[in-house]
Amino acid sequence: MSIFIDSDTKLVVQGITGRDGSFHTSQMIEYGTQVVAGVTPGKGGQSFEGPDGEKVPIYNGMDQAVAETGANTSVIYVPPAFAGGAILEAADAGVDLVVAITEGIPVLDMARAHAFARDKGVRVLGPNCPGLISPGKSKVGILPAQIVAEGPIGVVSRSGTLTYEAVFQLTNVGLGQTTCVGIGGDPLIGTNFIDCLEAFENDPETTAVVMIGEIGGTDEQEAAEYVSQNMSKPVVGFIAGQTAPPGRRMGHAGAIISGSAGTAEEKMKAFEDNGIAVAKRPADIVGLIQEALA
Amino acid sequence: MDIHEYQAKERFIGAGLPVPPGEVATTADEAEAIASKYGGAVMVKAQVHAGGRGKAGGVKYCKDAAEAREHASNILGMDIKGLTVEKVLVTPAEDIESEAYVGVLVDRSTQSATFMVSPEGGMDIEEVAEKQPEAIRRLAVDPRYGLLPHQAYWLANFLYADKGHVKQATKVVSQLYDAFVDSGASMTEINPLITTPEGDIKAIDAKMSIDDNELFRRPEVAAMRDTSSEPPSEIKAREAGLSYVKLDGNVGCCVNGAGLAMATMDLVKYYGGEPANFLDIGGSSNPDKVVAALEIITSDPNVKAILFNIFGGITRCDDVANGIVEATQRIDIQVPIVIRLTGTNEEKALEILEEAGFSAYTSMDDVVEKAVQLAQD
Repeated sequence: MSIFIDSDTKLVVQGITGRDGSFHTSQMIEYGTQVVAGVTPGKGGQSFEGPDGEKVPIYNGMDQAVAETGANTSVIYVPPAFAGGAILEAADAGVDLVVAITEGIPVLDMARAHAFARDKGVRVLGPNCPGLISPGKSKVGILPAQIVAEGPIGVVSRSGTLTYEAVFQLTNVGLGQTTCVGIGGDPLIGTNFIDCLEAFENDPETTAVVMIGEIGGTDEQEAAEYVSQNMSKPVVGFIAGQTAPPGRRMGHAGAIISGSAGTAEEKMKAFEDNGIAVAKRPADIVGLIQEALA
Repeated sequence: MDIHEYQAKERFIGAGLPVPPGEVATTADEAEAIASKYGGAVMVKAQVHAGGRGKAGGVKYCKDAAEAREHASNILGMDIKGLTVEKVLVTPAEDIESEAYVGVLVDRSTQSATFMVSPEGGMDIEEVAEKQPEAIRRLAVDPRYGLLPHQAYWLANFLYADKGHVKQATKVVSQLYDAFVDSGASMTEINPLITTPEGDIKAIDAKMSIDDNELFRRPEVAAMRDTSSEPPSEIKAREAGLSYVKLDGNVGCCVNGAGLAMATMDLVKYYGGEPANFLDIGGSSNPDKVVAALEIITSDPNVKAILFNIFGGITRCDDVANGIVEATQRIDIQVPIVIRLTGTNEEKALEILEEAGFSAYTSMDDVVEKAVQLAQD
């Protein structure tokens, strides 16, 4: 099994004709994702051509795309000024999951979009995230397919390339993944660590979870408590940003130590206090997972 | 992006908040002239992006224009937490009866703009939260409706007992919310919000941080950026579209992705070195970006070695390797460079790099250890 997406996922790409949207749509089709529709306002009626000449119909709006194709998931490659609106439109059209790749969406736009999606019962992943991949089944977003493999490990992370790093190491020692999820580097995200941990706990094929956090906020601390109270499966953790100075934003909008809160030290301690094995370096993750599964 | 007190007050005035008059001076002469115009006592306040201005001697009461001149001449050029004061705000001194705190920030746990108000103003709100948590009232504003009138009243009621004060404070709270939203802020605060013996309420200090992601649609706010307090390397990085933070170590780091960049810095420390910077070059193999990154890193004289840590995912390693080779041919670099590339097409990438005479690695630990050692030699 897998979490959030599988071979039944029917995807609509918002911003399918843009540079990033078209490139990654081809990548997703190549991986086997069912891309059933694209949306670009003003380009309705045209079609997108996949790597092997597949034709994906383009619609002006999400309502039509969903009504005519039965899409249940959307992915957003729309520029930041319009991405908040694209999330609202997707949630209104009735998909179950909206994956927002876009980086740089104003935070107050996201406050509104998250509230709206919650009302509609729609899960938002991101924004400012690499998306997710369930190896062998489906990929939604920008994760590189070459580095994953099918297997029993769940991976959840706030980062992009750091996740790839961990996943690649797992794959290289023969530890494949059920699903790899990037939850995003923004301060307001739709799906947090606990949502993913809960899903992995309930997924019979996942046997262990890698959780990669970073400085800023209290998501990791709350997730740590969740693990000790609700999870039977082993979790291995890593936190990036031990050398980050307070008050400075480290690339991700959400990666900032405010005052003395949200430090790597505090998060690593929360992990240790709650029975999560902490990797001191990315290279230690694999060993700790192997130990946990032994 | 932080803006200065005088700029935040401009935003406040635009929203109708009761802010006393004030003008900015860059010389002691100007400060004196502004003070004589107001007549009577004034405050001279350093305009720097640092907390604790008062404790550092950057905020002074002046009984007349002559004293304003004297204090302004001391404060201008003063160093506060490593920042040089280049401007002072001159504003009439107010008679203060009581001090309260009103602030709004984007809160992660409620996922919305959240008010914090306290009758204990004039001190750091984090300190109040720690010592007297009961002295703070919080309210998460539902982003679908904005701040509702009865909510503003509820917050104001926590601050004052007097009916007249509550009425004025209700207005202040809702005007502050307007200023927050209209400025695209991520945080704003009035500390202190004072009452005067005449029964008036005034915002005599102002703080505001703008959400960087809002700047593109608010050119008038973006124009408030003060680059004088930023290291030139950070200004250059921002213009080049790179995410960069200067640090004090000697190992220059050039990494793709923010999380991996942080993890790389941490690993430098793990192996006994100190990172010189955080730098995320993003996902492209464009040599221009690499050139800009190398120029920024090498402009720091502390840097004794440079390490690249690149994970090639969608961007293939061989493309990135070609980008690095081209970039390093375009600029002259005096310190050793070590490179780690892993991911898609890594073997091909290693060949390209070794042919160009670089030490290339596939292990993150090996390259970091090597860079730390080179920086110490």
